[in-house]
Amino acid sequence: MNSICAPSDTEEDEAWDLDIEPHASLLSLRLGEVWRYRDLLYLFVRRDIVSFYKQTILGPLWFFIQPLLTTSIYVLVFGQIAGLSTDGLPQVLFYLCGIAFWNYFSECFTKTATVFRDNASLFGKVYFPRIITPLSIVLSNLFRFAIQFVLFLLIAGYYYWRGEVHLQLTVLLFPLLVAIMAVLGLGLGMLFSAMTTKYRDMAFLLQFGVQLLMYASPVIYPFSQIPEKLQPLFAWNPLIPVFEAARHGFLGSGSVSPMGIAYSVLFSIGVFLISTLIFNRVERTFMDTV
Amino acid sequence: MTAAIRFENVSKQYRLGEVGTGTLSHDLHRAWAKLRGKPDPFALVGSVNDRAQKGGEYVWALKDISFDVKQGEILGVIGRNGAGKSTLLKLLSRVTAPTAGRIRARGRIASLLEVGTGFHPELTGRENIYLNGAILGMQRPEIARQLDAIIDFSGCAKYIDTPVKRYSSGMMVRLGFAVAAHLECEILVVDEVLAVGDAEFQKRCIAKMQSVSSGAGKTVLFVSHNMGAMANLCTRAVVLDQGALAIVESPQNAIRFYHDSSPLYQSPKDLIALQLDSELKFRSVSLDSSDGSVDKIGFRSKVNLKFEYFLEVEIVGLELAVAIYGVNGNRVFTSERSMCFDHPVSVGLSEATVSIPAETLVPGHYTVELAASVPNSRIVQILKEVFRFEIVDDGYHFSRYKDVDVGCVYVRCDWHEQAGQVS
Repeated sequence: MNSICAPSDTEEDEAWDLDIEPHASLLSLRLGEVWRYRDLLYLFVRRDIVSFYKQTILGPLWFFIQPLLTTSIYVLVFGQIAGLSTDGLPQVLFYLCGIAFWNYFSECFTKTATVFRDNASLFGKVYFPRIITPLSIVLSNLFRFAIQFVLFLLIAGYYYWRGEVHLQLTVLLFPLLVAIMAVLGLGLGMLFSAMTTKYRDMAFLLQFGVQLLMYASPVIYPFSQIPEKLQPLFAWNPLIPVFEAARHGFLGSGSVSPMGIAYSVLFSIGVFLISTLIFNRVERTFMDTV
Repeated sequence: MTAAIRFENVSKQYRLGEVGTGTLSHDLHRAWAKLRGKPDPFALVGSVNDRAQKGGEYVWALKDISFDVKQGEILGVIGRNGAGKSTLLKLLSRVTAPTAGRIRARGRIASLLEVGTGFHPELTGRENIYLNGAILGMQRPEIARQLDAIIDFSGCAKYIDTPVKRYSSGMMVRLGFAVAAHLECEILVVDEVLAVGDAEFQKRCIAKMQSVSSGAGKTVLFVSHNMGAMANLCTRAVVLDQGALAIVESPQNAIRFYHDSSPLYQSPKDLIALQLDSELKFRSVSLDSSDGSVDKIGFRSKVNLKFEYFLEVEIVGLELAVAIYGVNGNRVFTSERSMCFDHPVSVGLSEATVSIPAETLVPGHYTVELAASVPNSRIVQILKEVFRFEIVDDGYHFSRYKDVDVGCVYVRCDWHEQAGQVS
């Protein structure tokens, strides 16, 4: 044990670029660092989009085919067979709008929730701000959402021209609605990501929970179809005002309440703050438990 | 010289066994203790990291490590499997956080913990260079500037627009290393990359590492089992033993210390765990010598390797071999069963003794590898570094050759001469 170089305190203590300590500050998103890694964010998003259709014959067309097929199935099953009401709206439009929004939310949520598990091999070898991965999920799904929504607008355009449905002024809320979905999906996902690393049970619970949440949201039915007695039971769901406002803006049916939107906004921000706290804590040592 | 990296009382604790449902109660316990301002109740339980010893739910993978890495040096990290080398690098590359202590560093750290991290099989080589570079912390203009150099270094120019899933594993590694080697950083962390790739590529890697540290004044932290590379490349080396820092020394001294402190493993329990699951298993291995010593053996004594093995079914063309390795990891010689016997290895339990003739191995450290294989087809069983021993000068006249390289082995050749004949 002779020549261990004991660090001397006399040496200048300045100019350390990197300081690794057991605990980091909890509520910081370290946005500066995220900004330095913005190229990585871009490349992750690009990877997700490009690899989605690599080695397929139809290529990027799949982005259109998928929602079209889902919509046709919904029209057939829920519209024709089950005969669920669509508030008098054309069924294709009704379901396509619901599906686009729901897919965006649920993809952000479930992909983020298992982000540590899915990327364990990558996270186990290199450091980069972990928040980049959930952000890339949100952005690459935003791209898919945009495509699905363009599809929706094309079909809606036909109905506008025929004069069967009309745009409302509430359509201006659209960017806010998308933002709520993104922040809520990201927040809930990060909240669960912490738990799925340690307790795998959460992953199963999550699958079931997301399905349940879909039926508790007006994706395949309009909110007006819920019996008045039961409506308070659904009031907690921050997704309801979003779906309702989206349908009101683009298709002119449904209801928009400023209170409901405000609740959704506050709920999303609250979840996001709490989840940031947890995510920061977990990202530093999750490798030991995953 | 200023320090590039400083480790201050760094410790890392791991929990052994199954991590899962049981942790909930511990977590609650911990939270409760924290609420009352008490120390973490489970941080006290840790025991020294000794793989062979049982007991203790928590283990210290690293305990109170303090040392400096100077700017511009190539520091080697030596240690047995499980000594804490990888944990040290993981902490440094911020993959996981230390339990206690602090690490500080000057400059950007690039780590080659495993090259080709984050390669996406569907993307082309070129796309993956960008992706991998960004994961390692490069920015796109930086990568674009270096793109030609990276492609050139990897030697994959022909396949650069082919998806990497069509690459051979060697090409993948080369591409990964090429990206990492062109990182603009001040500190490079390298782990075992030299174990892969062909000889020519390894040479290029070593040259790159040397030029990085001498030319650009970068600091390199190098972890490897290849003592030869270690001795050639490093300016200093640290030895880790059971999670603690043993010494910081010149590489030659560190390697010697490492060999001296490493015990022989002979217990059959260990042996079983080390072996491949196959038709042939070594049941026991032992070593002795004609002078009775088992670790420091005189040059003039015979070294006997004894081993029992069990063969389940007959394997056509099965060959048993003993290989002796020198301190730098170079193979000194090989001996095969078929040199002595013509009949095939018989099914069931057999015992064999292989004697290395006296006055053969020159003084130095050696390790023994036992292998059973079907040559050019497959390895049936292999035990690497199954023994470690030292040949010492027991009064032979090696002193006459001070500082002269006498080679790896002495061979008793047949000398014929006739005196007094003048033609």
